[in-house]
Formats: sequence, C-alpha cells, structure tokens
Amino acid sequence: MRQLFNLFQLFFRIGLFTFGGGYAMLPLLQGELVKKRGWATDEELLDLYSIGQCTPGIIAVNVATVIGYRRAGVPGACFATLGIVMPSLIIILLIASVLTQFMYNRYVAYAFGGVRICVVALILNVIYGLWRKSIKDYFCAGVFIGALVLLLVFNLSAVWVVIAAGAAGYWLRGAAAK
Amino acid sequence: MIYVILFFEFFKVGLFAIGGGLVTVPFLFDLSEKYSWFTAKELADMIAVSESTPGPLGVNMATFAGFRAAGIPGGIVATLGLVFPSLVVMILIAKMMDKYSCNTRVQRALDGIRPAVIALILSAGIEIARMAVVDLKAVIALVVFLLVIHFGKRGPIFYLALSAVAGIVFKI
Repeated sequence: MRQLFNLFQLFFRIGLFTFGGGYAMLPLLQGELVKKRGWATDEELLDLYSIGQCTPGIIAVNVATVIGYRRAGVPGACFATLGIVMPSLIIILLIASVLTQFMYNRYVAYAFGGVRICVVALILNVIYGLWRKSIKDYFCAGVFIGALVLLLVFNLSAVWVVIAAGAAGYWLRGAAAK
Repeated sequence: MIYVILFFEFFKVGLFAIGGGLVTVPFLFDLSEKYSWFTAKELADMIAVSESTPGPLGVNMATFAGFRAAGIPGGIVATLGLVFPSLVVMILIAKMMDKYSCNTRVQRALDGIRPAVIALILSAGIEIARMAVVDLKAVIALVVFLLVIHFGKRGPIFYLALSAVAGIVFKI
C-alpha cells in the first residue's frame, strides 16, 4: 500500500512539473528514476520512450504506466497513471471554471516564459548526457543524424522514424555481428 | 448519457492517437465538428492553455474538452477515457517486454532505436525553443540556465521553480 502511494506521489510530482508534453518530462524522469532512485537505467528510459512513441496513447502516460507496472504490477500501473494525470485534472478544471483570467495575467505569462526556456535547457542537458553515453560509434551517430533530418527537414512522423531506426538496427547490426 | 459518449469518444482518441499529445489535436478537431461541445476556435485557445500549464498536453486537452462538454464530471470522464487504452495496452506490452527484452534480435533493433529517440527528444526541445527563445533576453537566459543546470547539483524541479521566479524578476 505504501509503495502504491509512493508511486502515485512520485508521478503526481512529475506531472505537476511537466511543461510541454511527454518529452519535456524526460529530465524529470531521469532525475527521479535514474539518478535519485536507481529504478531504471538511461537505456531503459530510452527504450520506454521508443515504445511509448509507437503505441496508442499519450507518451507521458504510457511511460508512467510501464514504470508503475514494473514496480508493483497492475495496481502499480493504475496508481502511477492516476498520479501523472491528477495535476492536469485539478489545474485545468480550476483554470477552466474559476481562474478563466489566470492565463492572461502578466506575471503568470512571465513565469511561464522563464519555465519554457528552462525546459529547453533541461532537455539539452539531458541530450548531452545521453549523447556521451549512447552514441558510441559511427552507426549510432548515423542513425541520430538521419533521424534528425527525417524529423526536422522532411517532417516525418515520429512513429515511422522509430520503426525505420529499429529496422536499421536489426539489419545493419545483424550484418555486423556475422 | 453524455458521460458514456464522452468516455467512448476519448477512449477512441487514446486508442488511435499514436505518438503523444499534439497527435490528439486532429482527433479533437473531428470531435468539434461532430458534437457541439466546443468550437474549433475554442480548441485553438485550449491548445495554447495546455501548452503553458503543467501536465502532459494530451491529458490537458482531454480534461479541457470534457469540461466544456459536461462540466467537472465531464472533464474527469474524458480524461479517464483517454488514459484507459494506454493502461491496458502498456500493461500487455510490459509483460511482453519482460519476456523478449533479452532476445538478441530485439536487442539489435533497440540498438538502432535508441539514437533515434535521442533525436526525437532533441526535436521536441527545438520545437519548444522555437516558441520560447524569441529574443536576445531569452537567448541569454537559455545560456545562463544551461550553465547553472550543467554545473549545478540540484534536481530538475528546483531549476523549474527557479526559472519561474527568474521569469517574473527579469520579465522574460
């Protein structure tokens, strides 16, 4: 019971501080799960994101569900998911019903201006760490640059990028192993 | 009755929106045409609000849309509907992963996918930067944050709170 409450509390906190979608959540997940608790490795987190990207639903929710399941089975999955969803539910309902002018407040806008830049800095910092750990050879660097070009230049859907990269890994890594 | 429809409609969004928050947007536009819950213009405002409030984008949108359609219970039902497919599918996948993650073929595919996911994260960062880093002041703030985060020892939540204060003080 205590573990379920802990899962709820952890993902509630992560949901509360996630600004701008599932990928903006990664620095928080890395801080809490990899660095602070040792529940997962960087590689496992990346694998979860690739699965979260290619499966139905919101990436942030998908990642929370799997981590909850791993820690405490089906109840863990439910509590982690409720935790990640609850801050949205409370805040959006408040803004929609009582605080309709909240978003137009000058100081709120300034605070969000700062937070958004911080999210960019946090993401870049995580990428720097992941780059040093995960891009070990020319194959990895090639996939990274290829994926970036497909995403930014050709606007290809992220789902296809993940599938293409998986196929590239399967065939090219296989050939290298032989 | 409206709650059943809300749950079912957002269940469908959750089931078919593959790839995160913004992917739900076209589905929600369809809903705005099919029902008179909210207009397309309200939906555009909703996206702006969702982007600058905490929480995953898709969840925020579902809560907002559900609230517009049927008040607070509507917001709750729509959110539960959206999340439900994730819960079921991801539990099944987690079970499979435990079974197959040591498989060498799966390992090889994941070897290729990991660098691509780093590219995905970077492109998400660039997307947010396009919105947030709009003037010289913002560029300076970004460089300062990068240095503080890189050399600092605190967790991300500390820096996020700090940046909100900095935003108000320096009018970013």
